[in-house]
Amino acid sequence: MKTIKAERVIETVEDLCIKANCSLNSDIIEAISEAIKNEESPAGREALKQIKTNSEIAFFEQMPMCQDTGMTVVFAEIGQDIRIIGGDLGDAINEGVRRGYLKGYLRKSVVDDPILRTNTGDNTPAVIHYEIVAGENLKLTVAPKGFGSENMSAIKMLKPSDGLAGIKEFVVETVDKAGSNPCPPVIVGVGIGGTMEKAALIAKKALLRPIDIRNGKRHIRELEELLLKMINGLGIGPAGIGGSNTALAVNIEVYPTHIAGLPVAVNISCHATRHAEAFL
Amino acid sequence: MQKKIETPIDQDTVKRLSTGDSVLLSGIVFIARDAAHKKIAEMLDRGEPLPIDIRGQVIYYAGPCPAKPGQVIGSCGPTTSGRMDAYAPRLIKLGLAGMIGKGTRNTEVIASMKDHGAVYFCAVGGTGALLAKCIVSQEVIAFPELGTEALRKAEIKDFPVIVAIDGRGNDIYETGRLRYKKTVCDA
Repeated sequence: MKTIKAERVIETVEDLCIKANCSLNSDIIEAISEAIKNEESPAGREALKQIKTNSEIAFFEQMPMCQDTGMTVVFAEIGQDIRIIGGDLGDAINEGVRRGYLKGYLRKSVVDDPILRTNTGDNTPAVIHYEIVAGENLKLTVAPKGFGSENMSAIKMLKPSDGLAGIKEFVVETVDKAGSNPCPPVIVGVGIGGTMEKAALIAKKALLRPIDIRNGKRHIRELEELLLKMINGLGIGPAGIGGSNTALAVNIEVYPTHIAGLPVAVNISCHATRHAEAFL
Repeated sequence: MQKKIETPIDQDTVKRLSTGDSVLLSGIVFIARDAAHKKIAEMLDRGEPLPIDIRGQVIYYAGPCPAKPGQVIGSCGPTTSGRMDAYAPRLIKLGLAGMIGKGTRNTEVIASMKDHGAVYFCAVGGTGALLAKCIVSQEVIAFPELGTEALRKAEIKDFPVIVAIDGRGNDIYETGRLRYKKTVCDA
């Protein structure tokens, strides 16, 4: 059985917090460059250019691309043949977040109680999703999530009879209502199927997939492409001031569901869709 | 064509600005978001004087990252303005002349802007590193206990914004998307 020291988890999460917040992934930078070329609105083009320049400043100066450095979402895929020694895994992840947000001069945006709302001062606790998988690797993904876009997300328990038309209507309506708030051009994560919480979780996971990779299932890939066209027809545009690039991608994940249900979750993310991963 | 505007803003300037204008703003702005607005509203409720004379001033809705050594301020882009809609009309009535943020405003805010003469600028959301470069100095002037949400006085230089809603109530979030709206057949 492979052993991994908790201290290594701490150091890894610390690094991933800084990396995710300061370095926009290449798939998104390429999509923004493409959008600059095809954007119909002059003001929209200017907004996209600012977004691109911003990502360059963030990378070269190692400063966060957005001041909302998010609530830290961590996916831990734990090989079943691993043992963590020298501390609790959850504590180690949170310690990594604490150190990363301090060392990286990242904003602390977490309050300890949703009603009383006192800032915890170190951006902990993280939202941690654990999954036990085969093998002896520990895969850690840090995905800081800003709330300008998180607040615009939605979930709906559709009826099976609502079908594909109901799914399209709900996804497009959610992005339409979000308008300028989630910092368009956005990336739309959609989870279809499972139970209520499963749909929400796979919608979040859909945002981790590079946006130049489409779903492997043909009918889902076609739905991703159609929804992207419909969303870009809304006219919201970069920064929400009107234009032809409202979304850079629609990423959909699906899961088997119940004979009586069709859960659909839409997790909207801004152009700063941040995630960094490491294998231990 | 970019207009260069200096803060504070007088009524002639408010009248000169039209929705869609690209503007480089320079001068003093006050940085405040949710928690600082709540505190200000509570002070007004108690009849206390505000920490700043708000007449002609501009508030920037933002909560910056901490500054690294050698930086004036950390990343500092706009936050969603709609969360401040509950507070804005009261401040506009007291003379607030400009707001910088991102996203739509409600009808009460827009009506108040028309009644008292104020303009709403938008900056591009998610460009906090770029916008931080346009902030030349800043200090916390009230509510330091709020951390990133403290009230700050900042000097900006050539800070890029667009007039999103002008003093006549023209709203780019309405007009802009209509111009580029297309019907996509969902075959």
